[in-house]
Amino acid sequence: MGADTTLFYVFGAIAIVASLLVIAQRNPIYSVLLLIASFGALSGLYVLLDAPFVAVTQIIVYAGAIMVLFLFVVMLLNAPHEDTEYDERVHPLLRPGPMRFGAALAVVLVVELGWALTKGGESGAFAGGAVSSVAAIGQLLFTDYAFPFEVTSVLILVAMVGAVILARREPR
Amino acid sequence: MVTLSHYLMLSAILFSIGSAGVFVRRNLITILLSIEIMLNAVNLTFVAFGRALGSADGQIIVFFVMTVAAAEAAVGLAIVIGLFRHRESLNPDSFTLLKW
Repeated sequence: MGADTTLFYVFGAIAIVASLLVIAQRNPIYSVLLLIASFGALSGLYVLLDAPFVAVTQIIVYAGAIMVLFLFVVMLLNAPHEDTEYDERVHPLLRPGPMRFGAALAVVLVVELGWALTKGGESGAFAGGAVSSVAAIGQLLFTDYAFPFEVTSVLILVAMVGAVILARREPR
Repeated sequence: MVTLSHYLMLSAILFSIGSAGVFVRRNLITILLSIEIMLNAVNLTFVAFGRALGSADGQIIVFFVMTVAAAEAAVGLAIVIGLFRHRESLNPDSFTLLKW
């Protein structure tokens, strides 16, 4: 078992366990912090996939910007505990109605995907010739993907204006 | 030997965890976090396929997905703040004004 395989299983286990704990925590602050750990593990997986630029962007943009925004809102609202009409002692997966349906749906999804992936053709190891240079990615981004790139800037602008308008206090 | 299937399986597990979180949890912020988990699972799929096909397109799409995730988080959290001001609650079951 090579170093890559070991690292894949380590990072994969961290990502899965942290994500499971994200949806199992009652306190949103712990959820956000665990999600940052999950993003760190995913960033390691991107490095294993020869995509170092994506890995760095993952840390800077996701763990650095988006999660700080979440953390800020969690602390601003100061409502850490989930108010629920269900009994707090009942495990979420055993609660009645749509919750149990949703959990069952997720289990079915994982079984189906696992079945589809194991029944498929045997995919070998990754071939050589990975594109990992930032120059190549930038070249592609500003030639073939120039129009989506510009549309993205409009999207960011719209989101910024929308967030400002939505979070503004109404004038009395 | 780690193959494409390993990465796709990991991505499928993460996506399922995210979808389970959306259905099971009754907290708007945790639901938004579950959506982020799902977006990241999709990102992992894009990068893994891009690596398997030897092209940079997968990585480019990931940047667009990250942009959409950032926009979604900003607008979603603004809506959450607005809702919390009205109802003093983060439980999605308490927002039933548009319920038919």
